[in-house]
Amino acid sequence: MAKLLTPLNQAALKAEDFSKIERENKEISVRYDRGFFHHVKKALGENKIAAVCLVILCVIITGALMAPLSSVDPDYMDVMNKMAGPSREHWFGTDELGRDSFTRALYGSRVSLLVGFATMVVSVTAGTCVGAVSGYAGGKTDMILMRIVDMFQSVPSLLMIIVIFSFVPNNMVTLVLMLALFSWTGVARIVRAQTLTLKERDFVIAAKTLGVSHVKIILKHIIPNMTTQIIVAASLSIAGAILDESALSYLGYGVALPKASWGSMLQNAQQYILYDPLLALIPGMFILLTVLCFNILGDALQYALDPRLHK
Amino acid sequence: MKKFVLRRFAQMIFVWILVSIFSFSIVYFAPGDPLYIYMTPGATGHKMTDEELDRMRESLGLNGNVVEQYMSWAGKAARGNLGISINNKRPVLDQILEKLPCTAGLMGASLVLSLVLAIPLGLIAGTHKNKLADNIISGLTYLGISVPAFWLGIMMIIVFSMTFKLLPGSGMRTIGVNSAWDVIQHGIMPALVLSLNNMAVFVRYIRSNTIVQLEEEYVLTAVSKGAGKKRIMYGHVLKNCMLPVITSVGSRLGTLVTGSFIIESVFAWPGLGTLGMSAINNRDYPMIMGITMFSCTMLLLGNFLADILYGFADPRIKQGKE
Repeated sequence: MAKLLTPLNQAALKAEDFSKIERENKEISVRYDRGFFHHVKKALGENKIAAVCLVILCVIITGALMAPLSSVDPDYMDVMNKMAGPSREHWFGTDELGRDSFTRALYGSRVSLLVGFATMVVSVTAGTCVGAVSGYAGGKTDMILMRIVDMFQSVPSLLMIIVIFSFVPNNMVTLVLMLALFSWTGVARIVRAQTLTLKERDFVIAAKTLGVSHVKIILKHIIPNMTTQIIVAASLSIAGAILDESALSYLGYGVALPKASWGSMLQNAQQYILYDPLLALIPGMFILLTVLCFNILGDALQYALDPRLHK
Repeated sequence: MKKFVLRRFAQMIFVWILVSIFSFSIVYFAPGDPLYIYMTPGATGHKMTDEELDRMRESLGLNGNVVEQYMSWAGKAARGNLGISINNKRPVLDQILEKLPCTAGLMGASLVLSLVLAIPLGLIAGTHKNKLADNIISGLTYLGISVPAFWLGIMMIIVFSMTFKLLPGSGMRTIGVNSAWDVIQHGIMPALVLSLNNMAVFVRYIRSNTIVQLEEEYVLTAVSKGAGKKRIMYGHVLKNCMLPVITSVGSRLGTLVTGSFIIESVFAWPGLGTLGMSAINNRDYPMIMGITMFSCTMLLLGNFLADILYGFADPRIKQGKE
């Protein structure tokens, strides 16, 4: 657009150029106001890889949900077949106690995905609240809240989580809360930045003039207008949470045994990597695949909703 | 500019104090009396009396409520006294400074590695937008941000140290060998694994900036003046691309610190991370506090420097407009 207006090109400007610019602007403003599902459809239609990722994720999630329907017991020890390679009976082989790796990974996905989703819900909720209040209020409130965000981002989170686990009982709920405690800050930053631009827009100013309360403006006008951004952040936040959980489990501070997540399977496998690298390969591949899909999906969505990228 | 620097500095100090309060209170609530180790009779069979314990408590700053204890700790810490490690009764600061070069070296090497590789990759991807080269590079960046670093570390140990025996899989030095080359050989894998995540992020920044910058008019001007492709890319585009990358280096330091904790424990690299993990296992709270404050100081200073650098590089901030 700017190129057209340079002196060099001015002579060449025609009426259709103006109408083209007008059309583009209209398109952009329409895009802004479209709903979430429109963006999803558009993102998946344009980006085949993202569509494939969605399918893979659906398969993994279905697998995790359906795991109890399988006749194989994840804790059953086939003592005669310890650390066996892949076979028809054991698709991914067996571990050091003769348990079926595939079934273990399937059950592990229940833990990993649940922790990922729950952490995402908590951190996105907290991040949205803090970010919206911070951006909307501005001034001192904003300053203090943002410094708290800074604080959480500069503490070595893993170290702190492990210290907290020395006096807090280690279970799924506390694990989720701990992971969320150190991951809501990213969402808060995104939401704050969005709020800063949204609060200048006409409909918010109109609502203010009409005397709508601040809480209502934030809840009814500001947050609903950034659903897509929040969902992008959520998708990336699940990916982050799964990675964090696996790192924590790997260090031995994750979900308590005998429940296995992908991370604790990896930790377990490390002692035997010399004899059976497959044990470490499989849970890692599951983590990689899941996180990869969430990341690609989040990005595709972000791309679809950003009007500047659609020239 | 001066005002900008001062404000950033004040913010940094404020966050620094917040971090110290936060981590101190967490460590305060952790169980286990740090004096426990003095209470049990040692080799001499001498058990400390209550009176002695009280005196000890006072000298270690462990009496009074949480606020008093914090003030006493902060007062000492400000003078460079981070207390004495409960585990081996040596000053915390000495032990940290001993390990700091290892961690700083690893982090520095991985940061340099990620930037050196990210700049050409990002430029190539940006100039070949949506072509094969871009697709391959972008795909790799997705892998870079999605792969669990510790798992990649394990896999690399399996492949490069155990199967092909090319590189040593753990530690920092071979016993009895004292050469820089030996340390480098040990450091290649941890530095590479640690740099992947940041590299991927930098490549994406540089790629998207290159795409934006190539649309700018100054590129058109440079082309019409007959400047060569190399000169345009490295003289003009890269310069403008690097601005946001500088700031992102600051914000990526957090990943680097946390990442080095895990990578160090995978490769048994004798740095702050390993020290921290053993401190946790020993309930060595002064050490945990010391390491927390040290990593957060590194991080905050890095962020601060990145901001200042950005301020210097961006004339809008330099002139006091933000």
